[in-house]
Formats: sequence, structure tokens, C-alpha cells
Amino acid sequence: MKADPKGVLTGVHFMDGDHAACEGALAAGCRFVAGYPITPSTEVVERFAQRIPLIGGVFIQMEDEVASSIAIQGAVWAGKKAMTVTSGPGLSLMMEHVGLAALTEAPLVIVDVQRGGPSTGLPTLPGQADMMQVKWGSHGDYEIIALSPNSPQECFDLMIRAFNLSETYRVPVFFMMDEVVGHMTERVAIPEPSEIEIVERRWSSKKPGEYKAYATGADMVPDMVKAGDGHRIHITGLTHDERGYPALTPAAQKKLVERLVNKIRLRRHELVDVRKDGVDGAEVVVASFGITSRVAQAAVEEARRKGGKVAHLRLVIAWPFPDKLFQELSRRVKAFIVPELNMGQMALEVERAVAGRCAVVPIPHAGGTVHEPAAILEKIMESSR
Amino acid sequence: MNETLKAENPVLPYLRQDRLPHIWCPGCGIGSTVNCFARALTESKLDLDKVAIVSGIGCTGRVAGYMNLDSFHTTHGRAIPFATGLKLGNPNLKVVVYSGDGDLFAIGGNHFVHAARRNMDLTVICVNNSTYGMTGGQVAPTTPLGATQTTMPYGNFEPPFNLPFLAEACGAVFVARWTVFHVRQLIRTMKEGLAKRGFVFIEVLAPCPTLYSRRNKLGDGVDQVKYYKERSAVKDGADTREVGLSFQGDIAVGKFVDRDRPTWLDAMNRHYSSVLHDYHEVGHAED
Ligand SMILES: Cc1ncc(C[n+]2csc(CCOP(=O)(O)OP(=O)(O)O)c2C)c(N)n1
Ligand code: SF4
Repeated sequence: MKADPKGVLTGVHFMDGDHAACEGALAAGCRFVAGYPITPSTEVVERFAQRIPLIGGVFIQMEDEVASSIAIQGAVWAGKKAMTVTSGPGLSLMMEHVGLAALTEAPLVIVDVQRGGPSTGLPTLPGQADMMQVKWGSHGDYEIIALSPNSPQECFDLMIRAFNLSETYRVPVFFMMDEVVGHMTERVAIPEPSEIEIVERRWSSKKPGEYKAYATGADMVPDMVKAGDGHRIHITGLTHDERGYPALTPAAQKKLVERLVNKIRLRRHELVDVRKDGVDGAEVVVASFGITSRVAQAAVEEARRKGGKVAHLRLVIAWPFPDKLFQELSRRVKAFIVPELNMGQMALEVERAVAGRCAVVPIPHAGGTVHEPAAILEKIMESSR
Repeated sequence: MNETLKAENPVLPYLRQDRLPHIWCPGCGIGSTVNCFARALTESKLDLDKVAIVSGIGCTGRVAGYMNLDSFHTTHGRAIPFATGLKLGNPNLKVVVYSGDGDLFAIGGNHFVHAARRNMDLTVICVNNSTYGMTGGQVAPTTPLGATQTTMPYGNFEPPFNLPFLAEACGAVFVARWTVFHVRQLIRTMKEGLAKRGFVFIEVLAPCPTLYSRRNKLGDGVDQVKYYKERSAVKDGADTREVGLSFQGDIAVGKFVDRDRPTWLDAMNRHYSSVLHDYHEVGHAED
């Protein structure tokens, strides 16, 4: 399906990442946003509040992030594409509803414009320290998808992808921006609606009476209906059977939870998006994501000028983590270098994937600003020796 | 559940019969409220395909799952914000929130306050059993002073909410209270509430014999219904400041508030139509 022209602001613009993310959501067909103001994410909802009345849809500023993160689920079951937008403290409040969305398989997007934490931390300065929280933050076992844009253009492009992935897999998709990406202004080219591919909801063609809310085929993802269509669905946060009815047994739990994780884990090969630069013949690999990838790229290029055989991998999809690529490379490189604006989160994933086959050199940073390229360069040169 | 929920009962088609028997204890008042709600639906002439019910978590939170409607059993305290999204996502739906007093007024209190302030078009039915049933009888924001609960083992010293007063003060357009003794009145009020646009609040006092009555040596469900019968007085239009409840004290019942003001969606549509040239209305005819 192509994008609804009403939501697409075709043309070349100068805008910041927050605004571009909003335009991406509108182009993707998002017609409901519930949010609560928090720096540095607020511009996303401010723009949505301004734009949506002219397009057709609803913005509501809720009383808190707990409410926002479940109001969007109500809208999803009414048939809308929906998102909420926040930063660290709000993200923490949303965690129970991440689990609800994962368990009830509500397709939705949660934008996290990351700032320095923990707690109120550094409200106006960047961080990338929510990476593990979005993967593991709600209780129980489930899977999510997380995307990591590194420019305003990507805030637009990847946001469409985020909505599409949420509809394809019926999982919450996290859009992991950071303060710098959110507030930097760059050229953003928005294509014609006819050039934007949109994944429609997996509407069931079953008739009322035949439809089972959680019956699945080989792809492990159930088809959906919406409230008001006569199906009389029951959707619960309890463990449930194919009909959606509570089923509080170990057997039902096994069936459901295994499917919830396997629909991503067993299909993770479909979800690899790593931008690779100079992998052939590399001895050292820098792995980065989001804003840090732009600093890292400068360091990589400088290292090459100094004769280093260095590659750069940028995780565009951060979750699920692309283990296999790291496993393969770990057999032929000396070291992975992992700069990130946290005290070493995705570096743990790299360590897990390479399992001791080569060195892993984290470059932690407490946040508040980006790395000095020189710090990354130094580790590249050290590891090249 | 209430005797009247046996076979040939006319409310059965309104229930998910494949989910019965229900989980509620013998003598629990929740089933009686469900019976009244099903009857109100029958009489309401609403297209039931367009009625959705949303519950939070608790014994009352299980109501959604037994109704043969589009039904959502959400998280503890958050039925109202879920229902808000559902209603705004499809304004053609009649959205009912059906939950317990702890769910709606402790953990969910902030959402109640704001939905009432906004006059969100929701019918909120609160089963007030003065306790946290599902978790085993802890103190609730509705537990009367002096009543014993597991987390108030020497008697409750926290003053409870006066729910109708809270609802009115926050902006609800329709506020009523009945008990499970008042079956006919409750059906009538539920029907009226379903027909009303805006934030409707109906409080229903119901016994929790297992955890409230017995622990307070008040007998079983029947004894509590006797108490409702003896101590209730109909006070339609009463000043809600005066209708607070005390331990086994007098109970004011009736319809306290019935007024009109624009719903959130009507206000948005009206406002944007007047200030925005190209406003795209979020209409009831959209779907
Ligand atoms: C976030 C969260 N906290 C606590 C609980 C545990 N819990 C389940 S039901 C409930 C109280 C229910 O009381 P009430 O709303 O009065 O309903 P009742 O069971 O009395 O009908 C609590 C505290 C929960 N499910 N979720
Ligand atoms: S514990 Fe109380 S509220 Fe819950 S089902 Fe039993 S009697 Fe009803």
C-alpha cells in the first residue's frame, strides 16, 4: 500500500530530528498520538498537535506517560495507527504498558528521545543509556524491535519503517533517538506519497464467529480485527488461549510466551539492518549506533588515513541484535570497538555474540555530550597493533 | 453469582457463556451488578456490536471478560486511559469502563480525575466493595473508617473518598449511586447512563463477603444486602458533599448529578472548526 497523501509533506525541508520523526509518523499513517511533555522529545508531539487537525486524527496530551502508553493501545484496538513519544523518566513510567502491548500484540511505536540518566539526569543533553531498558524493561519475557536513527533524514525514513515493522510483527517498536539527533537541523527530503510503501494492519478476513484473536499460521503473527466490527473480541493482559480468553496454566503460558519471543527470535534474520563500511580485509571493527555513529565515522576515516584496516558497522536496527554478523566477523578480526553514550550496554551484546573469539573494547561515556573522535581513534590504533 | 443468572435467563446472551462458570465467590455482589448491566443493555436498544467494555484489574476487573461485547481487560488502574484511546480512535463506539474502587480510585485516581475534567464520553461503572478483593482484602481508598482490613489490622484510620463528590467536583455530567439491593433502580440508572453523552459515573455498593463482611464480622453477602436495604435512603439531587459513607452507616442513593457540557471530542471539533479553516473533523460518522 502507498502512503495516504494527506499525511505526506512532500518536498525538501530543513528540519530537526524531532519534527522529521513527526512527519515520518504522519507519512506512515499514524493518526493518534497520546503524549506527555518531556525534554528533549516535546517537539515531536507539538508538531503532531499542530498538524493532525488538518489531516484528520487526534492528539491528546494525557495526564502522564502511564496514561499515554495505554491510550494509544485503546486507539490501536479502535483501528488506528498510534504512537507515543517520551524520554527517560517517561519511558520508565511506560514499562508496564510495554508488556501489555507485547502480550496483547498491539502494533504501536514508542519514540524515546534519549537524554542523560538515571532519574531526571540531564534533561537537555544526550544519552544512549535506555538501550537495555527498552529491551528488558517490562517484566516477563517478550521481544521488541528498536531502531536507531542518526540524522533528521533517518528520523523521517526510519519512522515509516518503525510503523511498518510494528504492523508486520505486531510488537511495540522503539524509536531510539537522542537529544542531538532530535535537535539537529538538517536537510530532510520527503518523497511523493506514491514512493512511500506502507504496511497495512494485518486485517483478518474471517467473519464474526470464525475469527480467533490469537490464532496464527507459520509466521507466528495473528491477524487483527478492531472493536466495533461485530467480532466481540476479548483482549486481556492475562495469559490467554487462541480465542483471547484467560488460560492460566503452564501449558498455555508455554505456548503463548514461546510464540511471543519466537515470532522475533526465529525471524531475526529478516530484521538485520547494519550499515557496513569497509568490512573486507578489516582487522578492527567499530560498532556503533545513533548519534555516536557520526562521531565514530570521523574516527574511522582518520584511522584509515593513518593506515588502519578498520571497518564501521552501524546498527540501524539495534534490537533484535544482529548476533550472526558479529559471530562471523569475530572469526576474522582482532577486535570490536564499541563506543556508546552509556556505561557499556550494547557492548555486552557484542561480547555475548563474539564469545571470546576476539577482543571487545567498550568505550563507555556517561552522556551529556558526544564522544571525542580522538578517544575512538586512540582505541582503534591501540587495537590495530 | 446471583440466582437469576441461571439457564433460561434473558441476560445469558449478553454473557460469554463459553467462559462460565465465573470466578466470583458465592454471595459476591459483582455478579448482581453484571446482571443489572446486561438488563440495562437489553433495554438500551444499543447496537451491541458498537458497545465496548474496558476493565482494569481486580475481581470487578474480570467483568469485561464475561460480557459478550468487544471487551478489554487492561492493567491495574488504567482502564480509563485505555477507554479514552478507544473512544477517540472510534467515536462511534459506546465505551463502558467497569472496574473496582481500588482500581479506579487508588492507582487509577489520576486518570479518573482527568477524564472527568475533560468530560470524556465514557460510562464509568464502579463496583465499590470497600476493599481490594482480588489481592485478599487490603485497605482501599473507599474502606470506611474503623473497618478492619489485612493492611489495617487494627482498624482503618484513613478517611475514605466520597466518590460521588469527587466525580462531581471533577466534572462528571451524571453521578449516581445504588447498591445491589436496588436492582430495578440500578438497571434504570445504567440504562440512563448509557444513553447520556459525556463522563457518566455510577457507583454501586456491593458486598465482598469473603474479605470484607466476614473479616468485619458483618455476616455474609445476604447480611450486607440487608444492611443496604435498611440504611439506604433515596436522595435524588442530593448535595454530593453530604453523601460520604461511614462504617455500616446511612447510605444516600439515587441520581445526584445530571447536567450537560460538551464532551472532549465535541469541544475539540467545535473549537477547531471555528479557528482552523481546513479542519478535518473527527466525526462520529468516520468509520
Ligand atoms: C500495578 C499493579 N499493582 C498491584 C496489582 C495487584 N492488584 C490486583 S487487583 C488489586 C486491587 C483490586 O481492588 P479493587 O479495584 O477494589 O477490585 P476488587 O478486586 O475489590 O473488585 C491489586 C492491588 C496489580 N495487578 N498491578
Ligand atoms: S473476593 Fe470478594 S470481591 Fe472478590 S469474588 Fe470474592 S466476594 Fe467477590
